[in-house]
Amino acid sequence: MKAKDQRLAELKSTIPELTPKEVLDLQRQGAALIDVREPEEAAQGSPGGAYRISKGFLELRVEEAIPNFDRTVILTCASGARSLFAGEALQRLGYRDVRSVKGGFNAWKNAGLPFEIPKMMDAAARERYSRHLLMPEVGEKGQLALLGGKVLVVGAGGLGSPAALYLCAAGVGTLGILDHDVVDRSNLQRQVLHSDSRVGVAKVVSARTAIESLNPGVKVITHDDYLDSKNVEAIFSAYDIIIDGSDNFATRYLINDACVKLARPNIHGSVYRFEGQTTVFWPAYGKKTGPCYRCLYPEPPPPEMAPSCAEAGVLGVLPGVIGLLQAVEAIKIILKIGEPLVGRLLYYDALKASFSELNIRRNPSCRYCGEEADFPGYVDYEAFCAAYSA
Amino acid sequence: MTRVTIRIPTPLRSYTGGANEVSAEGTTVGEVLDALSHKHKELVARVLAEDGSIRQFVNIYRGNDDIRALHGLATTVAEGDVLSIIPAVAGGTL
Repeated sequence: MKAKDQRLAELKSTIPELTPKEVLDLQRQGAALIDVREPEEAAQGSPGGAYRISKGFLELRVEEAIPNFDRTVILTCASGARSLFAGEALQRLGYRDVRSVKGGFNAWKNAGLPFEIPKMMDAAARERYSRHLLMPEVGEKGQLALLGGKVLVVGAGGLGSPAALYLCAAGVGTLGILDHDVVDRSNLQRQVLHSDSRVGVAKVVSARTAIESLNPGVKVITHDDYLDSKNVEAIFSAYDIIIDGSDNFATRYLINDACVKLARPNIHGSVYRFEGQTTVFWPAYGKKTGPCYRCLYPEPPPPEMAPSCAEAGVLGVLPGVIGLLQAVEAIKIILKIGEPLVGRLLYYDALKASFSELNIRRNPSCRYCGEEADFPGYVDYEAFCAAYSA
Repeated sequence: MTRVTIRIPTPLRSYTGGANEVSAEGTTVGEVLDALSHKHKELVARVLAEDGSIRQFVNIYRGNDDIRALHGLATTVAEGDVLSIIPAVAGGTL
């Protein structure tokens, strides 16, 4: 008898072996199942709901997944041998009830029990996102959530540029970019998605080039279009989160109304010279009541009351600050961490170097998100100032 | 009478000679705006409609709170309060 067989026989006397069916029952009662095979093996299929920690990292990572040493822990591998060795290691760490799947994943599959193809990161992705993976608030689970995230950035301009670049860098898996403009040299003072060599190119094409060169793993969907009442819902339906980096009231109200109707978070940002504001309009957010854009401003100003677009101007770096705050909110929402900027408007004054926070409330009689609201439909407001939107 | 500070957002500073803050007296927000209209008529015309109500694309905050959530123009003010006028701003990529 070989030494390993000798040792396995000994381990079987201290680590109970269970049939896959028995394991499934225990798992449903709260036991933890750990698949200790290598990532490439688990990638072909792994028991549903199992933790996946390869044997080499087991002692290092198990406590994060299973902090309770009294919880029943069942290990599985391909055939039921490695899981016994792994079980010994867990017993030494102090886990009191350790068991093993007899016959491993092969037996599990043959028994017709549920398994899944886990979403996993390859070695290059692990390296790229290593600083995220190190943080317990993100970790592998969070990074996979980011990779599964779908965010639409409306406006590939001053706000959309920094937001899209950082969301791309963070690994948000699907980024939609909506803009119907072409790159103008006067954009480059702040619209860092674009470059001098792409002046004259459609902004969505330029944005795709920038995003794909930063992170080829991100899927870019381009919408070379203006938003209107006819296309807004079809476009928004494919995304989880909308970032409003638009430059005109007509678009902002369409974004708001569609987000209210489709229950999507609308991450709002706007800038004027040295001042910027950002908030998350998300009436459907469960934990806290917040308003929609129309609760704050039921109707857009008439053209003669809106600040003259030609005179406006903006400090180039200012939309950088606000666009990044929007990106931070998007990432928090995807990761389900922290407090989203719901019900609060953050106001940034660059000259004073001060942030102030205003409480914004839902208007119970809002025509769009109020208690009695019956969606009144989309409105195509006159797109004044569009000529200056470059 | 109490004197309060009114913060003027950049888009409306052309009506205050560029000043980012002005002050006025009154015991309610409505009274303060009324006092302000003597000196800055055009500014107040941007904030209040002809019928005297707050325009739909402008909000006024006392401290951190929207006065609509308090008592609107009847919201009282105390010495040293800061009122902020926050209009809807479209700009993003402009």
